[in-house]
Amino acid sequence: MHLIWIAVLILGAVGLISALVLFVASRKFAVEEDPRIGEVSEVLPQANCGGCGYPGCSGFAGACVKAANAGSLDGMLCPVGGQPVMERVASILGMSVTAVAPKVAVVRCNGSCANRPRVVSYDGVKSCRAALMTGTGETACAFGCLGCGDCVASCQFGAISINPETGLPVVDEEKCTACGACAKTCPRKIIELRPKGPKGRRMVVTCVNRDKGAVANKVCQASCIGCGKCVKTCPFEAITLMNNLAYIDPEKCRLCRKCEEACPKGAIHAINFPPRKPKAEPAVAAPVSEKPEQPAAEKTAASSNVESN
Amino acid sequence: MAKKLIVSLSPHVHGGDSVQRNMYGVCVALIPTLLASLIFFGLGAAIVLATSVLSCVFFEWAISRFLLHKEQLTITDGSAVLTGLLLGFNLPSNLPVWIIIIGALVAIGVGKMTFGGLGCNPFNPALVGRVFLLVSFPVQMTTWPLPGQLTSYLDAQTGATPLAVMKEAVKTGDTSVLEKLPNAFDMLLGQMGGSLGEVSALAILIGLVYMLMRKIITWHIPVSILLTVLVFSGLLHLYNPAYADPVNTLLSGGLLLGACFMATDYVTSPMTPRGQIIYGIGIGAITVIIRTFGAYPEGMSFAILIMNAFTPLINTYNKPKRYGRVAK
Amino acid sequence: MKTFKIGGVHPAENKLTAEVPSRPAAIPAQAVFSMYQHIGSPAKPVVKKGDVVKVGTLLAEADGFVSAPIYSSVSGTVSKVDAIVDASGYRRPAIIVDVQGDEWEEEIDRSADLVTLADRPELTSEDIVAQVKKAGIVGMGGATFPTHVKLTPPPGSKADCVVINGVECEPYLTADHRLMLEKTDEVLVGISLIMKAVKVEKAYVGIENNKPDAIARMQEKASRYPGIEIVPLKVKYPQGGEKQLIQAITGREVPPPPGLPIQVGVVVQNVGTAFAIYEAVMKNKPLVERMITVTGKPLARPANLWTRIGTPMKALIDECGGMPEDCGKVIGGGPMMGKALMNLDVPVCKGSSGLLLMNDKESRRAAIQPCIRCAKCVGACPMGLEPYLLATASAFKKWDVVEANDIVSCIECGSCQFTCPSNRPMLDNIRIGKSTVMALIRARNAKK
Repeated sequence: MHLIWIAVLILGAVGLISALVLFVASRKFAVEEDPRIGEVSEVLPQANCGGCGYPGCSGFAGACVKAANAGSLDGMLCPVGGQPVMERVASILGMSVTAVAPKVAVVRCNGSCANRPRVVSYDGVKSCRAALMTGTGETACAFGCLGCGDCVASCQFGAISINPETGLPVVDEEKCTACGACAKTCPRKIIELRPKGPKGRRMVVTCVNRDKGAVANKVCQASCIGCGKCVKTCPFEAITLMNNLAYIDPEKCRLCRKCEEACPKGAIHAINFPPRKPKAEPAVAAPVSEKPEQPAAEKTAASSNVESN
Repeated sequence: MAKKLIVSLSPHVHGGDSVQRNMYGVCVALIPTLLASLIFFGLGAAIVLATSVLSCVFFEWAISRFLLHKEQLTITDGSAVLTGLLLGFNLPSNLPVWIIIIGALVAIGVGKMTFGGLGCNPFNPALVGRVFLLVSFPVQMTTWPLPGQLTSYLDAQTGATPLAVMKEAVKTGDTSVLEKLPNAFDMLLGQMGGSLGEVSALAILIGLVYMLMRKIITWHIPVSILLTVLVFSGLLHLYNPAYADPVNTLLSGGLLLGACFMATDYVTSPMTPRGQIIYGIGIGAITVIIRTFGAYPEGMSFAILIMNAFTPLINTYNKPKRYGRVAK
Repeated sequence: MKTFKIGGVHPAENKLTAEVPSRPAAIPAQAVFSMYQHIGSPAKPVVKKGDVVKVGTLLAEADGFVSAPIYSSVSGTVSKVDAIVDASGYRRPAIIVDVQGDEWEEEIDRSADLVTLADRPELTSEDIVAQVKKAGIVGMGGATFPTHVKLTPPPGSKADCVVINGVECEPYLTADHRLMLEKTDEVLVGISLIMKAVKVEKAYVGIENNKPDAIARMQEKASRYPGIEIVPLKVKYPQGGEKQLIQAITGREVPPPPGLPIQVGVVVQNVGTAFAIYEAVMKNKPLVERMITVTGKPLARPANLWTRIGTPMKALIDECGGMPEDCGKVIGGGPMMGKALMNLDVPVCKGSSGLLLMNDKESRRAAIQPCIRCAKCVGACPMGLEPYLLATASAFKKWDVVEANDIVSCIECGSCQFTCPSNRPMLDNIRIGKSTVMALIRARNAKK
């Protein structure tokens, strides 16, 4: 019988000593942390996607607290949680946030298998970046989608998939959180984060080809040839033409859909509009985001990327 | 252009080596051992090996097909056949079929497929199966038939193996017991009790030479294990003659089979020559320690599994010599 | 016999054209001169549409120090100064010339007479470098680094020997082999010029011993040129890699990137470059043509062709028997490091050493199997890297891991992928990792 008691005593003693050590250590080495960081962290989505630009949700929480101490939460946005989460964060920190229009990833290439002939077949790792090293990918287009799905792999929310029929990525707008991972990953900068627009409606030029019209036309039937018809048609001066490529400024666009009709190549797409009635709908006046896109910067970045290949 | 050219990144040629070539190459290297086991154990050897190979291949197929839903089946790559052969060679020839099937299930199911199949397992699957059987069925797994009973299977007469004799000598400290050992020449040929693949050192060495010639493996692992065992057991023998002498140690038990075929398993051994030598020294030392001081007469399986666990660590700390980098 | 120490593989040699004497290729009807024929800044066009040019007329001048001028290799009129799709697959600036006749600029010496250093005792080191720079010579082995830059050691460094690359370790290619056989004296004079340019007394010419005729011919004639030693080397790929060749011949190891051969006192040049330097300095002939091996198992008549730069690849294939039915892949360069072409209108450039056609079966990669951790890639890597680790970590975007494991040292020789039993596309992934890490390093340096 006493054997058991010895065991119990020894184990109990070991437990006690360990507890004592742990207690002392926890006191001695305790790290002072602003309790609000934990609180903020709790309302964040915990996807740790890095879409906010900070390493994970706790990093973002720390940055939010720091920003609040500095006096303003401007520029802090969790793209996954969006406005509701930022409002909760602000209420914890006793601040207010300004409204930011929700964004969504938009694929700006319509070079489907039908529109853009494959001129060679690529045999290698299924990665856009590897395909890019062999040349222009499977098609002759020096700007369009490579179709290997680096964006799909980069998406933490399963919001992008490659449509097997077109070979192009499709964004599931329900799932897309506009974290920007795909836009960052795409070696050809085809994916752009654009304001979702009212009822999700928006106008997009689905091409990024900056070659001259004849060249662009030769490689893809759905390419923007830089003819400028849309620019002339647009009543709101929302479309600019730069480097043989039209770009619709979402801030200025009033969704009148005139450019869509004007484009001879069908390179301008109206997304999430109801099917057209025989007579064109009246233009919908839309409240617009406060954060304009920066097409010029985007383009120079993209062009330098292509040249470096 | 009517026909599309293929583009890919260089290199555009391949050396022609393949997983199959390596796996079946090891199987070919095991043929002398297979013949030796059939010569010494006859029917029993045939039943044990056939059961082991067939059930390993079956479990590989069934698990990847029904549990993992893999599209690309890996049963043709030869790795399951090899696991089955190695497992069989590690079993006594009078082991009942149902125990072998359990061993194969553990080897393939637990040892390999739970980790994701070929290339992902941290431990040698055949040894996982063998050690599982050894601790679960210690009696059946440690009574070895004497060689030469060609037509008997479960009813074969059993007898002491050289390792058991050596262990007895260590325990009693009585060196005269060692005289019961077969002479070195018999041990080289395989005229002794033991598991199927353990008995004939000569057959294993032929297989080793074949694998080295075809560059399936490099010399680092087998040579470092055997040298370590030789030196370490030699020192122990000099210290106390009751400890087995190095030649007997080398030729008895699963040491050669393990050193040549089990420790050299690609998946579970280190990647750099220096790492492989460290791994080999570790296996050799642990084997001798277990054989001399441990409870079991044989320590090869445990030694390899223990060093398997160290393989990632060895890989991390043993980088190849980089070109142009001066040692710090 | 000497060879490099770490790694290496033995691809099937397939030197189909080793016995085929070189011959001039037909002059094309139209020649296309890409402005991107070298590493560094692209050349700047100096001609315009309608200009009449002769062979040797300057078409584009060097833009900066690390750049090279481009000369017309044909006579005719400039039809366009535009962009064409070049070997990169992208449209880049180029000059297109419609060919009429074959008139040469008068100051080019077209005779076959050998001019040795003894005939031109007045040549100084500076003269040679200036002439090389003027002639637009770039590394002819395929690296296309402007040669005058390599002949001008950076301040504070001094070369003590020149290593000449006559290894031609790529399977199939035989252009350097034929050059050493057919233009032995010219190559040797070229080597003497390189020695004089970098002011050293010693040159080693590394030749793999699968070319015994070239070794014998070079050895026989080299005795007449002081300081040139022919070093036969054991056949092993990638011995033609600069770093491997330096180690094989001198035993020295170039420090890891951004280390350069000059840091261990070596200047490496290709035999093709040596020949071009001879022609530039002694014959006043700019770089307008080069030898190129047009080869491949499906091709009817593989050949070594003296080709005018700017000739479309398609014309070369036609000259060697036409595009075979079962051709699956066309490679610019050799099979280990060459680039698969998307488009056969691509012109021959200064660095085009070969054109290789592969049949359908050879062109396809085999099915990928799981990595069995056999470590054969580790044994094959000539830089002492761990390709399996770099490839896997790159695929999982562990950029810190690949950087810590020296991914930037990778020379992309392809030995790992060549040797992999599981046919894993290791080098594809390693390239992604390497380019990412190099971009990260550049960004870090820019921050500092």
